[in-house]
Amino acid sequence: MERHGLASYLIGFVLAVILTAVPFWLVYTHALPPSRIMWIIAAAAVLQILVHLHFFLHVNFTTTPKENLLAISFTAILIFLMVGGSLWIMIDLHQRMAL
Amino acid sequence: MNANVTAVPGHPHSEASEIHAQRELGFWLYLMGDAIIFALLFMTYGIMVGNTAGGPAGKQLFSLDNAALETALLLISSMTFGFASLSSRAGNRAAVMGWLAVTFLLGAGFIFLEIREFLGMIRIGAGPDRSGFLSAFFTLVGTHGTHVSVGLIWILILGAQVAIKGLSLPVTSRLFRLGLFWHFLDIAWVGIFSVVYLPGLL
Repeated sequence: MERHGLASYLIGFVLAVILTAVPFWLVYTHALPPSRIMWIIAAAAVLQILVHLHFFLHVNFTTTPKENLLAISFTAILIFLMVGGSLWIMIDLHQRMAL
Repeated sequence: MNANVTAVPGHPHSEASEIHAQRELGFWLYLMGDAIIFALLFMTYGIMVGNTAGGPAGKQLFSLDNAALETALLLISSMTFGFASLSSRAGNRAAVMGWLAVTFLLGAGFIFLEIREFLGMIRIGAGPDRSGFLSAFFTLVGTHGTHVSVGLIWILILGAQVAIKGLSLPVTSRLFRLGLFWHFLDIAWVGIFSVVYLPGLL
């Protein structure tokens, strides 16, 4: 049962600090062009969410019950459909209104 | 060592822990529903962010220092809650209460900073009624803040239960579910600083 031990929280914390510090530092210093910083913010956010899920919420493919994995997969599909679909409609509408 | 703590929440070993495993699944399903609410609020914010109606945009309103401090408080509180969970598994009642207290103070600091930010914005006329952008901002960030506030009350209640009832199976199961809630809120905050504050100040 020591699979979720102290090391898990400490590794997760250090990774989360790095993935937070990098985008904040870039926005503080504007060390790169804004469009490139946006991509790094997005990538760091996705990575950090995965870090939290794995090291803090202990979601994995061995000890997490199958029902929980099923629920999180279904949620991801719903979010993809609703957010993706809404953005598609609104961006399309925005472009048509601008014409 | 307390004999009651050998059953680890989320890992059913007995008939008694079966019911708690079911409650943990139920709570997990609630969190997934909450994740959808947050995802849709993020989407709404993304669509509304440009609609400032001639009012102030994020660049004039947000403070990077404030957002960084809030992020630090919440991230450290997520780790200290992890220490409370570990202490619970080790059967160390005093340590559980100590780490819950630290987590509470960090969370309360976060809420203090957020309320101060909100009041400062409302005072200069940048409240939720000013523009579509600000309506979406206050709805998204306020929903997260409300969750954290509920989490703080929950920490107080569970701290009292640990003090009075000890680390019995029902209490450790509740602690496990509160942990899921607290870590989940930190994930939502990662979304908020990555979607609201950092792009707003870029």
